[in-house]
Amino acid sequence: MHIDQLEKRWAGIALGIAGFFVAVILGSALFHGIHAPSNVETIDSAKLHLSEEFAEDKLGASTNPDGSVTVRMVAGRYGFYPKTLTLPAETKLTFRWVSLDVIHGVHIPMTNMSTMIVPGYVAQVQTELHHAGDYPLLCNEYCGMGHAHMWSNIKVVSKAQWEALNKQRGANHG
Amino acid sequence: MDNSVEKKLALTHFWVAFGAFGLAAVMGLYQVIERSGFFGFLESREVYYASVSTHGVLMGFVLTTFFIMGFGYYVATSSLKLPVWNKTFAWTGFGVALAGVVMAALPLLFGQASVLFTFYPPLKAHPLFYIGATLLVVGSWFWCVSMIVMYMQWKKANPGVPVPLAMFATTGNAILWLWTSAGVAAEVLFQLIPWALGWIDTIDAGLARTLFAWTLHPIVYFWLIPSYTAFYCLVPKQAGGFLFSDEMARAAFILLVVFSLPIGFHHLYMDPEQGHGWKLLHAVGTFVVTLPTFITGFTVIASLEIAGRLNGGKGLFGWIAALPWSNPLVLALILGLLMLIFGGFGGLINASYAMNAMVHNTAWISGHFHLIFGGTTVIMYFGIAYYFWPVLSGKPLYCPSLAIAQLWSWFIGMIIMTTPWHILGLLGQPRRIDSVHYNNLLTLSWEPYEVTMIFGGLILLGSAGLLVYILYKTQISQESYQGEIEYAEPIHAVKDLPNYLNSFGLWNAIIAVFMLIAFGYPILQFFLMETFGSGRWGV
Repeated sequence: MHIDQLEKRWAGIALGIAGFFVAVILGSALFHGIHAPSNVETIDSAKLHLSEEFAEDKLGASTNPDGSVTVRMVAGRYGFYPKTLTLPAETKLTFRWVSLDVIHGVHIPMTNMSTMIVPGYVAQVQTELHHAGDYPLLCNEYCGMGHAHMWSNIKVVSKAQWEALNKQRGANHG
Repeated sequence: MDNSVEKKLALTHFWVAFGAFGLAAVMGLYQVIERSGFFGFLESREVYYASVSTHGVLMGFVLTTFFIMGFGYYVATSSLKLPVWNKTFAWTGFGVALAGVVMAALPLLFGQASVLFTFYPPLKAHPLFYIGATLLVVGSWFWCVSMIVMYMQWKKANPGVPVPLAMFATTGNAILWLWTSAGVAAEVLFQLIPWALGWIDTIDAGLARTLFAWTLHPIVYFWLIPSYTAFYCLVPKQAGGFLFSDEMARAAFILLVVFSLPIGFHHLYMDPEQGHGWKLLHAVGTFVVTLPTFITGFTVIASLEIAGRLNGGKGLFGWIAALPWSNPLVLALILGLLMLIFGGFGGLINASYAMNAMVHNTAWISGHFHLIFGGTTVIMYFGIAYYFWPVLSGKPLYCPSLAIAQLWSWFIGMIIMTTPWHILGLLGQPRRIDSVHYNNLLTLSWEPYEVTMIFGGLILLGSAGLLVYILYKTQISQESYQGEIEYAEPIHAVKDLPNYLNSFGLWNAIIAVFMLIAFGYPILQFFLMETFGSGRWGV
């Protein structure tokens, strides 16, 4: 069998390039905890309104004892509920999403908040939003005729503003 | 050897493939115009999603499957110098696949299967759509059996002799497809069809997505392998040279077949139903698949350089100018490689475990696969068609300069259409939307890109029309042409090939182990934990 010297060298280089990419991915995953959103947790989509966590009055943002914020939202054709939301910047956010019906996807443009919302499962994403402003939440998986109408808004405010808001209301809701 | 039956078999498959392609191209133009929102009278989400679904099925499943089958039959008979095994069997496969296409087309065209070509449940299409799609796959299994039988026949008659590279690659593709299609076949047979017919009430969308992901990435290599076969086995000869290395080509094909199978999970990076450990494992596997592509780039460019220098090209880059740019197959390769470089870069971003979050399900993805599949893979199908048509039909190619114009226009149209798509993705546009209803400043910035895409779509439709026109004019010509497919010779003749580069036995065992590791528990988990299915939702 004949393999050219040049080809051997190139195969080595190609292996090096792929190895480098893999090393970067493994390094950021294992040492910095940067992971794709994954959280194998099932839920009965037909009974969300009866559940502890995703009943209507439990939806939205709530502050945890450690100062982080958990955001619970329901996706259903054709909207994300609650429809509007205020969130703090520079704060650890845990988004928890469930679907009422079919598969949806959600992302906030220009951020890394992105996940699929598969009926029967709770999708969870942890991230921080760095810039205050109004952001849309867009459905990015085809979910039926109204797919392009499926969006909501969130308002990201500075941490100080968020705290002031919460003090005023005396509640955990944003 | 009289190949007339094989020629007819291959040509019939090719006509179905390019007929589907021509129809789908018309829908493609409609879609870029509709979604721009600039022509109010064309706006209809019902028509749009029916059109997108049909376009995707025709391009992704019909064009590819029929092209690959036709190409495979003729590669087998011309490289092995054997008649196609059991011609009735081959025609039956064709008939089953075609019946499937017609069956799936009915609900698609009536808007009863607007579930797009990925048909993610619990969106539900008419049962005929799922049954038709299944028959298309079953028809292609006939082809897989034919390829494997012919490969075995030849090996038995020529013990210890290396199988011709083109047939080695084609058999590898048949094996890849059998392994690959098992995932979607399980989804359709055990989940979708019983559910669409109402025999079961609910469906586990997470399991369905996992099974689909099994098929979803290797299918891309099923589409790509004929193009790679042309890269290695046809183009070097057409360019006036030799194949740089036969052994490395075999290694690249084996790497593609073995490693493209257990890596489909990167389509699930953003999904909740699989744990991140599995995703990370698949991310590593995904990068292994860059290796055969890197090797292919090197070997093919080296083969082109040899050809260019034999043609008299001098200096560092002089050989590029000395290539026969007026040969459609060579030009298709050059343009295909350029698109592979751009598209491959995007693919590396998609494959990157965490970076994927920025582009997942945005317009970027549509841009990426139109560049790499609609570009690289399909432009090689055109090049192959221009090379095969005279041989198969016995008529000289109608107006070769028009074929050159067609290839250039496809390349230019694809660049004009996919560049804005990539930018739209980075600007946050979701994929698969029929129009823009978001009352947000951000969406204003999308408009100029939507306009640009219409120009790309116009050029592409013109180019598609030109292709079908050239093939048709060739077919009806009164002149006659005598010629056979010529395969490229390697610089160093292949001798004493180790068995693992001439046979798939060992590799099938390795694939089985890899598949068990990669998909065993991730599928089993749905039966171990308490899951909740979802009901039927129309579109």
